[in-house]
Amino acid sequence: MTAVTERQQLAYIAGQAVDARVNVELETGGMTLNLGPQHPATHGTLRIIARLDGEQVISADPVMGYMHRGYEKLTEVRTYPQVTTLINRIDWLGSFANEVPFILAAEQLMDVEAPPRAQHIRTILFEMARCANIILFLGDMGVQLGALTPVFFAFRDREHVLNQIEAATGGRFHPNFDRIGGLKDDLPKGWIAETKAVMEKVRTFCDEMEDLLMGNEIFEARCRGIGVIPAEVAHQYGLSGANLRASGVDFDLRRDRPSPLAWNQADWKVWTHPDGDSYARYWVRLQETREATKIVDQLLDDLPAGPVMAKVPRIIKVPAGEAYVSTENPLGEMGYYVVSKGGLGPFRVKIRTPSFSNISVVPWVMKGVYVPDIITILGSLYFILGDIDR
Amino acid sequence: MSPEGAIAEETEAPPEPDVEREQLLATLAESLGEGLVESHLIPGLDLWVRVTPQAWTTACTVVRDRLDLRHFDFLSAIDWMPSPYGKGEDDPTEEPKELDTEVVQGYAGGETRFQVIARMAGTGNHLAVNLKVDIGDDMTLPTIVGVYAGADWHERETWEMFGIFFDGHPGLKHIYLPGDFEGHPLRKDFPLIARMVKPWPGIVDVEPMPPQLEEEPAASDAPADDDAGVQDPPGDAAESATGEPSVTGESSANSEGDDA
Repeated sequence: MTAVTERQQLAYIAGQAVDARVNVELETGGMTLNLGPQHPATHGTLRIIARLDGEQVISADPVMGYMHRGYEKLTEVRTYPQVTTLINRIDWLGSFANEVPFILAAEQLMDVEAPPRAQHIRTILFEMARCANIILFLGDMGVQLGALTPVFFAFRDREHVLNQIEAATGGRFHPNFDRIGGLKDDLPKGWIAETKAVMEKVRTFCDEMEDLLMGNEIFEARCRGIGVIPAEVAHQYGLSGANLRASGVDFDLRRDRPSPLAWNQADWKVWTHPDGDSYARYWVRLQETREATKIVDQLLDDLPAGPVMAKVPRIIKVPAGEAYVSTENPLGEMGYYVVSKGGLGPFRVKIRTPSFSNISVVPWVMKGVYVPDIITILGSLYFILGDIDR
Repeated sequence: MSPEGAIAEETEAPPEPDVEREQLLATLAESLGEGLVESHLIPGLDLWVRVTPQAWTTACTVVRDRLDLRHFDFLSAIDWMPSPYGKGEDDPTEEPKELDTEVVQGYAGGETRFQVIARMAGTGNHLAVNLKVDIGDDMTLPTIVGVYAGADWHERETWEMFGIFFDGHPGLKHIYLPGDFEGHPLRKDFPLIARMVKPWPGIVDVEPMPPQLEEEPAASDAPADDDAGVQDPPGDAAESATGEPSVTGESSANSEGDDA
């Protein structure tokens, strides 16, 4: 990996200055470009209103809410076990990972701990959800920059992962498998060997993506130095996940926060990149997928024996209290602030979704970029609309 | 569990003092003075601090600069009033239940119905702090966009959902809801319309089971009658209802045919 050289940065700034001068001469200022809500680059219904000066963006204002489902209100009329059905639909590409922090928050309030086998299987499914989610990003990023092949590879290999998730949980997209105190079921017979084979396929996929895109001249030209987010800005806007690590911040909730899940029992590495540009974000996610397969492989090897469900009452009542639990989800830090008043359902749930914070940096980062760079930046920040709108 | 194990657990039970979080709290108390109202610390887990509205911006700056919790997690609000509508799951034919109306705040206490909560975390350590602040009757709080730029959208959302106005915010406009939307949906006195227009279907589940059918033989008669209705003209079916012997013979022949 090579950092963007100072020379490249200067060339970029000089180019922008020349363009700005030409734009003033041609009097091209004052155009408004409406991108979306139905635009392929927005993965759903995000709308971006960009004020342009020629080819340059003066300001970009994301408009969302086209998919707001009011989950925070809905949780207030549901019981704890019913809430997992809702929150499965927040980040629909990595659904299992959405359930985990909420269940952990409820367990923390109830002072219940799932047995070690359940924690292991949770971690395995969590990392598989990460694979399923990020594989799609790795292919989709190519499509947004004009390379059509990677996305077919991505859909092909994501299918293997989804099949395994379905075999274990019964649901391809919405497993709804996590329970307070453990898991609904144990793993099916023969699942471990099959999953290892699938993880091998995912690693091959990562190698293919590296061959297809990382060395590609067009890909590099469109990504390097585009949408640079410095570490300090990333902190201020609450960026998390790969977006934060691509800005050179060595922070991963899986490693840096105490968690009942089994991440600390595997040997893996947190990757960071000093550049903070779109290329760095792609590169970090690629490495993360590889690390996820490693975690799954290792945890499958030393899966402890025992039950997958702790003893919990049949009717779940959570004692009064407040808890915030967040985990490192495929898109970044996902957390639930759960307020309980001792009833069957939560009193208030604040859902802290990664995409909401990740996209809030868009008005800042899109100042002064060119129109095609909008697509690159949106693609590389990687969001799921359900995760922004909740 | 052996008795020794139970004893060992009991001796371990008093948790070690949480030095790092106590240090955070001490620094906050020192910098804010009167501004810090109340705090709640669960050793090894989390820290809640309630500050006065006047000290809100200062508290956020101290958290960022002196405590070095530079990562902005979220900002939101809590409406502590219990919902006057309940869960909308009660049977409408029954007498409405007495609902709790007492406003009880959570950790670190409080005096008002609305509270804003913000959470900041450190990336070099595993620490974080939950800042709470009471919102008075004017429903106004100074913005912290100048301290944490990411609070921009979170404050817009809180304004829209709770009606809390953030003084000095650069563009307080709707983020999720259409511009002409009236009301603040996450307030507890905003009804969830879906539960108002139609009784919750879950009510059906708690209905008592229908009384056990006494006439077991009637169940075997019923399919025979059905067969007669399908295969014979309606006149014959009417005869079967009168219970003539010739008809019972016919129906038994039918049932034999079914078996074959």
